[in-house]
Amino acid sequence: MEKQATRDAYGKALVELGRKYADVVVLDADLSKSTKTADFAKVFPARFINAGIAEQNLMGMAAGLAAAGKVAYASSFAIFATGRAFEIVRNSLAYASLNVKICATHAGITVGEDGGSHQSVEDISLMRSVPNMCVVVPADGMSTAKAVEAIYHRAGPVYLRLGRPAVPNLYDENMHFNIGRGIELRPGSDVTLIGCGIMVAKCLEASEILAREGIEAAVVDMHTIKPIDRELIVRQARETGAILTAEEHTVLGGLGSAVCEVVCSECPVPVERMGIMDLFGQSGTPDELLAYYGLTVDRIVANTRLLLQKKSRII
Amino acid sequence: MREITESAIQAVSSKALTLRQDIIRMLGEAGSGHTGGSLSSADIIACLYFWEMNIDPMQPRSAERDRFVLSKGHAAPLLYAALAERGYFPKSELLRLRKLGSPLQGHPDMRKVAGVDASTGSLGQGVSWAVGMALAAKIDGLDFRVYTLLGDGEIEEGLVWEAVMAAHHYKLDNLVAFLDHNRLQIDGPICEVMSPEPVADKFRAFGWETLSVDGHDHRQIMEALNKARTIAGRPTIIIADTVKGKGCSFMENKVEWHGSAPNKEQTSQALAELGCYE
Ligand SMILES: Cc1ncc(C[n+]2csc(CCOP(=O)(O)OP(=O)(O)O)c2C)c(N)n1
Ligand SMILES: [Mg+2]
Repeated sequence: MEKQATRDAYGKALVELGRKYADVVVLDADLSKSTKTADFAKVFPARFINAGIAEQNLMGMAAGLAAAGKVAYASSFAIFATGRAFEIVRNSLAYASLNVKICATHAGITVGEDGGSHQSVEDISLMRSVPNMCVVVPADGMSTAKAVEAIYHRAGPVYLRLGRPAVPNLYDENMHFNIGRGIELRPGSDVTLIGCGIMVAKCLEASEILAREGIEAAVVDMHTIKPIDRELIVRQARETGAILTAEEHTVLGGLGSAVCEVVCSECPVPVERMGIMDLFGQSGTPDELLAYYGLTVDRIVANTRLLLQKKSRII
Repeated sequence: MREITESAIQAVSSKALTLRQDIIRMLGEAGSGHTGGSLSSADIIACLYFWEMNIDPMQPRSAERDRFVLSKGHAAPLLYAALAERGYFPKSELLRLRKLGSPLQGHPDMRKVAGVDASTGSLGQGVSWAVGMALAAKIDGLDFRVYTLLGDGEIEEGLVWEAVMAAHHYKLDNLVAFLDHNRLQIDGPICEVMSPEPVADKFRAFGWETLSVDGHDHRQIMEALNKARTIAGRPTIIIADTVKGKGCSFMENKVEWHGSAPNKEQTSQALAELGCYE
């Protein structure tokens, strides 16, 4: 299977966006080679602003640029873009509902060897809790490219969560990326696996293993965490009676929580939330860490089996 | 005040060389990590850990000990090399840098390694910790000293200047900060990315005793540390002119070596330049 890092797709898509729209400006905080905004900087040096190692000012300047009519794409690592700059994001970008697109790379534990200080496992919760903020977590390179354009057309602040390592390509260029509309990648009647980011490909793989055991698992790419696709969640809850969510993020406040909020009020069914269990990350290779924190295809399969037992007890 | 003898300088120089060799071995084995900024600070750290600081590896949590905060936390390999060489843990541990389950995390974790006084890695935060520690010494009437090491890109963080202001306000003469002035950050030379210059004028304007040294000259570093002990009522910054990647010709002043580790060949070449043939 072909692979591409979502950050690489981001870098390329930004250049295209810059060609199409003269009001796009890009900001970074001394990480442009890693976040891939360096691609844009090379082609459009006059529309690229390096804040230096100053994430708070990065976001503050982005707010000012947006208030003056620009569409500002502001990048850093997820930990610094959402963590260090949080209150500026909240009060300058979101409160004023400005056109700033926070495109943060190196999210989650797949940052790898840099360790826990650099692995943001709480950025989705942070961004999701802020009014006016839209939160998008693409699963592959193609959907990232589409998202980069889609968020340009959405008024107001957006958080786009991107990763460091290469991930399997899931989509071709005919895919439609609609903010707020999850994608049903595979139909199924027994259970629904809802993933975001790198966990979508793993859910798909798990569904194939489950199918061999006679378990028909639907798979949803829930690329928009906010606004969440309530209709799709309710439909899947009704039709399959059980939901497993999977995210490279703490289970507190991210995709799993967002799904539960819909399910518990509109169609209560058992939900198994897979993610990081209220822990910090640590150094290791991305694959070792995914195994350590239980974010593997095998664990999705095993947890789905347990979930189905729970479902049968309830019914 | 510590005596600056020829033999002390000799001893510190030889430790600095050992630290550089260990950094290369560790990073070569780890396959990732921050080489340039670990090498550029090696002489400063050698002076602190093998001459200046009042520390005892047998009592790593003693209340009276001097403290060191690696504010530029990405130079973790250098700190680990110094701690191991000083006897806080076996040197064999060094080769587990950045591996799953190792206490030697990519950035220092004080809960995992004896001798690490602060968990750092997010730039700008360490200097605030150092100010807090120096305040604690004043509150408790203890005479330990607090040292911290900043990168010259790191001081672009606004938090650094909030801490610098506080240190002066609280007259923290028990606090000494080093600035590793290697003139490079990740995206390029600091002057091109986001110039913090003129750095000496800025620290002076914030009320700090401001000293400048060649950051690879052990005698100058030691003299500055002694001078800092004579300053009453305000903190001291020692601006150390350094070369990023110092000691390995092909890494020196090369921005690419900020965050990359040497491969096998490069490791051997670097070690050879540092006087080891393995
Ligand atoms: C708050 C924060 N932002 C960004 C980074 C990523 N980062 C790690 S090292 C570095 C450059 C540091 O440059 P400098 O302080 O000059 O260090 P040195 O040259 O001594 O290695 C950056 C941007 C970080 N660790 N923390
Ligand atoms: Mg530097």
